[in-house]
Amino acid sequence: MGSLFTPLSWNDTGFILTGVWNTVIISVVAIGFGTLLGVIVGFIRAESNRLVNTLLGGILDIFRSVPLIIQLILFSTYIGAIGHPLEPFVAGSIVLSLYSMAFMSEVFRSGFESVHKSMQIAARSLGMSYWQTIFYIRLPIGLRAVFPSWLGVALSVIKDSALVSVIGYMELLRTSDQLISRTQQPLEILIGVGIFYFIISYPLSLYGRYVERKMAL
Amino acid sequence: MDYQFHWNIVFQKMPEMLQGAFVTLHVSVLSMLIGIVIAVLLAIVKMNHSKPFCYVAIGWIEIARNTPALFQIYMAYFGLGALGIHLSPYVAVLSALIFINAGYLAETFRGGFMSIPKTQYSASKSLGMNSFQVYRYIILPQMFRRIYHPMTNQFVWSILMSSLGILVGMGELSGETQRLQSLSFRTLEFFIVAAVMYFIITKLVLFSSSLISRKLFRGEI
Repeated sequence: MGSLFTPLSWNDTGFILTGVWNTVIISVVAIGFGTLLGVIVGFIRAESNRLVNTLLGGILDIFRSVPLIIQLILFSTYIGAIGHPLEPFVAGSIVLSLYSMAFMSEVFRSGFESVHKSMQIAARSLGMSYWQTIFYIRLPIGLRAVFPSWLGVALSVIKDSALVSVIGYMELLRTSDQLISRTQQPLEILIGVGIFYFIISYPLSLYGRYVERKMAL
Repeated sequence: MDYQFHWNIVFQKMPEMLQGAFVTLHVSVLSMLIGIVIAVLLAIVKMNHSKPFCYVAIGWIEIARNTPALFQIYMAYFGLGALGIHLSPYVAVLSALIFINAGYLAETFRGGFMSIPKTQYSASKSLGMNSFQVYRYIILPQMFRRIYHPMTNQFVWSILMSSLGILVGMGELSGETQRLQSLSFRTLEFFIVAAVMYFIITKLVLFSSSLISRKLFRGEI
């Protein structure tokens, strides 16, 4: 039969590697912006009074209580409806960054709150300015304390980046999806994809556990 | 912005949306219940270190924790299909969620169990309790207290992740929303309502969970 479908071949490697690269890129962008915004928002929440805190917490809660896939669909439909469609990569990065920011701000807030008040007072009494206590005392100590939790969030962002495929971004899972519809060999391709994700994610999670154990001692 | 919102159509379709929300709850509750049972087995096997089974448990846990949920669902839906096992979208999503829940909860249970000092076991024994009594009255109640909140989080996660059913044509809240919006092209309206419904469901679950925990643990956590 002169078939519609062509079997998987070595020529597809490049296509799959593009998918891997795109997954890595969007994860790095989302984790980067998410961390940056998360530190800022987390610090604001640790510093501010109850009213601001509740308000900010309520807004961030939306990102954590609505499925990511719905957020992606809503955002990309919305920017399309108002007439400013964005590249799937840009739209996906924005949503994924905000999503990871919501989780990371919570992590960093608990980190900043774990730095005891007396330590700040001690730093100030040694003649440090307000900003010096932030940059030399609170940031380093607070950030180090929450590193394992941060890594946990980062790992889940890598895995959740698979969902950006719904708005048309060619990441790993979507490339495999396209290969499957051409080759009709879902099992081989999916197992390959699973191994790729595992290779990206497993070493990081092992490292996270190692750091956690070292810090517990 | 020249987009006109039309909410009427969404309210007309409300019964179907609620039906979808019911399926969402249904699939996540079921995935939690079965997941918990498997997780207990996995945790016990992993702590026993009996060789072949131990590796199966470790493999299960690590694969569940280190690959995306969407990948698991594709695997259950398309991957198993290639082997001749054709699951309906509902069963595919359910089994993927069970697989992941079991993997995450097994580590939660193991961590909760390990966090109880071994000395408590000896102390209870020296007070004349037998093994069953030690677990029933000393170890398990304390362990339950520590794994309660992680379990709640996992349940919320299941509710949110069941939304991936949209990609395999399942009739839960997202899938139903997708179907309805494709009939009327009111994409924004339908998905905004769906988002609000997810928000409400999540908040209700968290609220009732904290009520239950207050009742169970009387504030000592």
